[in-house]
Amino acid sequence: MPSTETEITAQARPLAALATPVMMETTVIPPIPAAPPAPPSPVRSAASDSLVTPDAQRSSEIHPELAAEKCIVSVEKFNLFYGKSQALHDVSMTIPIGKVTALIGPSGCGKSTLLRSINRLNDLIDNIRLQGRICFNGQPIHDRAVDVIELRKRMGMVFQKSNPFPMSIFENVIYALRIGGEKRKSVLHEVCERSLRGAALWDEVKDRLHQSALGMSGGQQQRLCIARAIAAEPEVLLMDEPCSALDPVATAKIEDLIYQLRGKYTVVIVTHNMQQAARCSDYTAFMYLGKLVEYGPTNSIFLNPHLKETEAYVTGRFG
Amino acid sequence: MTTNVITESSPRSRLDEHAIFVALSRAKSNVMFSVSVLFTLVILLLLVLVTGYLLNIGFSSLHWTFFTEKLIPQGMVGAPGGMRPALEGTCILIGLASIVGIPVGMLCGIYLSEYSANSILATPTRFVADVLTGVPSIVVGVLGYQLVVVPMGGHSGYAGALALAFIMIPLVARTTEEMLLLVPRSYREASIALGATKARTILTVVLPAATGSIITGVMLAVARIAGETAPLLFTALGANLLPHNGNPSQPFPALTLDIFKYATGPDPAQKQLAWAGILILILLIFALNVMVRLFIGTISKQPRH
Repeated sequence: MPSTETEITAQARPLAALATPVMMETTVIPPIPAAPPAPPSPVRSAASDSLVTPDAQRSSEIHPELAAEKCIVSVEKFNLFYGKSQALHDVSMTIPIGKVTALIGPSGCGKSTLLRSINRLNDLIDNIRLQGRICFNGQPIHDRAVDVIELRKRMGMVFQKSNPFPMSIFENVIYALRIGGEKRKSVLHEVCERSLRGAALWDEVKDRLHQSALGMSGGQQQRLCIARAIAAEPEVLLMDEPCSALDPVATAKIEDLIYQLRGKYTVVIVTHNMQQAARCSDYTAFMYLGKLVEYGPTNSIFLNPHLKETEAYVTGRFG
Repeated sequence: MTTNVITESSPRSRLDEHAIFVALSRAKSNVMFSVSVLFTLVILLLLVLVTGYLLNIGFSSLHWTFFTEKLIPQGMVGAPGGMRPALEGTCILIGLASIVGIPVGMLCGIYLSEYSANSILATPTRFVADVLTGVPSIVVGVLGYQLVVVPMGGHSGYAGALALAFIMIPLVARTTEEMLLLVPRSYREASIALGATKARTILTVVLPAATGSIITGVMLAVARIAGETAPLLFTALGANLLPHNGNPSQPFPALTLDIFKYATGPDPAQKQLAWAGILILILLIFALNVMVRLFIGTISKQPRH
């Protein structure tokens, strides 16, 4: 419960504080509070010097590379409200199949909210309202006819904080099969080994599969969570800042893993770490204040961003 | 006035005043400490006296026939016998009460913790449960008499067990709820995201994660009802013998009831028996509490997430 509340307030604060472009500009330039009354510095008036692209220059066209990709998930004019505060504004994007798509942006910009909308995990939160739609393989996921349990089985999720269940390593990995009613031991063992190998964890844990998963290191726990997610053979793997609680060595292992998973799975990764997005994703979407600002191939987002906000963020000038 | 005096006084006298102030503070602090220690010792002494007295008389009255014999009337060979029917009766009553009380309490706790978001039922239920935990047990006895004994047409072990269960349910419900709320939300999300239903998530992830602490709470509730007397006076009534095959549809014996009966009776031998009964009751509750502590010890040693 508390996590939701903090998420909501985190969402609400920047929305309120940075609602107008003018306000945003003032937060970008670090103010010197105790400075002596200096002559009014030249106001950054010209649009050419602003960090915000005027609406007139925005283009809603889809990047040609993206347009050429076959997409598995498409988000169409999606709006999401937590009570009265709007967390997502008219987000439209397509997620290409078999690729790694990174969602970047400052805290509270709606990345996680968007990610959690894709497998309808936000359904667990009360007082939430949606507009627009998200399609998975062409089918709108919020349709009455859609079985949300089935939908979630086809989408794995890895969370910010590793959350293995308080059971043995083996039981953790095969949890999805257990709930699917699989009883054949040979199948369970095979899937367990394959998933742990897939998560680059097999060699480390093969001798202690039946020990508690809570005795593993943080990085191992997170890889176990990835193994648990891929054991169900999902079509899409959603990762919500999977490395934010890990040290650099464990992070490198997870990034290697994400790199290996591409092609086999469609990966959507939320990250605060821009180097991570640059290293391991094919496409990057930059979000800000609940809006999708720019979305395109990772190289073009980082090296040749079209919009000023994107450039300011990826070069570390704000955020 | 006083501030004036201080500002006018020389630096030297101000220093003295400060020293006095510090000394006084220390003295007050020491008095506070001593008084607290004194009263703690008083409590401890009382406890040692009571327990020592109880153990002394109880053990001297305890004979192995206590566990094997029924009550033998005054003047007959082997008098006063023992409290075997009462011991068996108490065990059966606790068992029956647990069969009713634990599932009902736990399911209520699960509802409150897992399903009650936005429910208008939740707050009143919590309030009622909290009030019920504090209701005097004699009230539960009268209620049991009116609601169970009268309609059933007589005192019975069932009525006694139901009265005990009534005491147990709110305790178990609130403990279960609180322990389930301690289970990290991330467990639930992970399970739901893997395509588990809510029921599956609760049964395979949330409940197992809280099992240890729920068992602790349940055992404390059992210890609580093991010593109840008033609810049984009106419901189980008490009996000299365990009904045939332990059939609880008749008036039923219980340790606490027999202790009351023997202790208030005229026969000194039966009074001795009551002392032995009190000792056994205290040891039973003590044992349950120790088991809970040991249990908490073992689960807190496990790695926590």
